[in-house]
Amino acid sequence: RQTRLMSEAQERFRHLTTLRNAAQR
Amino acid sequence: MTDPMTAGPSPHPPSNLSGMDPEFLEQLRSQMLRFAILQLQDEQQAEDAVQEALAGALKNAGAFNRRAALKTWVFAILKNKITDTLRGKGRTLTIGTLAPPDSSESSDHFDDLFDETGHWHAQERPVHWQQPEQQIENAHFWRVFEACLTCLPEQQSRFFMMREFLELSSDEICHNEQITTSNLHVILYRARIRLRECLENHWFLNGEHA
Repeated sequence: RQTRLMSEAQERFRHLTTLRNAAQR
Repeated sequence: MTDPMTAGPSPHPPSNLSGMDPEFLEQLRSQMLRFAILQLQDEQQAEDAVQEALAGALKNAGAFNRRAALKTWVFAILKNKITDTLRGKGRTLTIGTLAPPDSSESSDHFDDLFDETGHWHAQERPVHWQQPEQQIENAHFWRVFEACLTCLPEQQSRFFMMREFLELSSDEICHNEQITTSNLHVILYRARIRLRECLENHWFLNGEHA
C-alpha cells in the first residue's frame, strides 16, 4: 500500500507508466 | 492544426459531416459531451465546446479516411478548448470545494485490495499485461479514456483527466479547484489504483500471474 509512493513519483503495478504514456498520446 | 470555426449550440453534429456514418458521429459526439461536461461542470458550455470542435473538423473532414484519426483530431481540438476555458475561469466553486477529497472513495475499496499488513490480497495482486505495451499505447489508449469516464467516481475522473489528458499542472488544478496539493495527490493515487484495476479486470484478465 505504501503504490502510494509510485503514484506520488508522477507528481513530484509500476502499469502506471503504461497509463501515463496512453494519456499523453 | 486548423483553428475551429465557431458554431451555434445545435445538438447534432454539423451537417458537413453527414456523409460519415451517423452512428459513429453520434457516439463520438456523446463521448465528447460526457468528457466536456465532466471537466467544465456546465452543460451549456460543454455543448458549445463540443459543437465548435466538431465544426472545426468540417474544414478537413475529407482528409481523415480513418475514423480513429478523425476522432483523435476532434478530441485534440476539444481538449484545447476545455483547457482554455478552465484556465480562463480561474478559481471556481466546484465539486472540489463541495465534497471532501475522501468522499469519492471509501476506505472499504482499499481494504478489498490490501490486507491488514498493507500487502496485496492474492487475488488482487497486479498481473502481467499480455499485450505489448506499444499495442496498449497505440490501439487501446481510447480504452483508458473510456475507462476514466465509466470506472472512476466523478471527482477522481475529473482530476485525473485534468492532470493526465488536459496536462494541467498540479498547481493549476489546486489553485482552480481550491484543494491542497496533498489532497490532489491522494485523489490521483486513488484514481490510478482504481483505473489500473478496471483495465486489468476488463481487458487484461488473460494475463499471466508473474
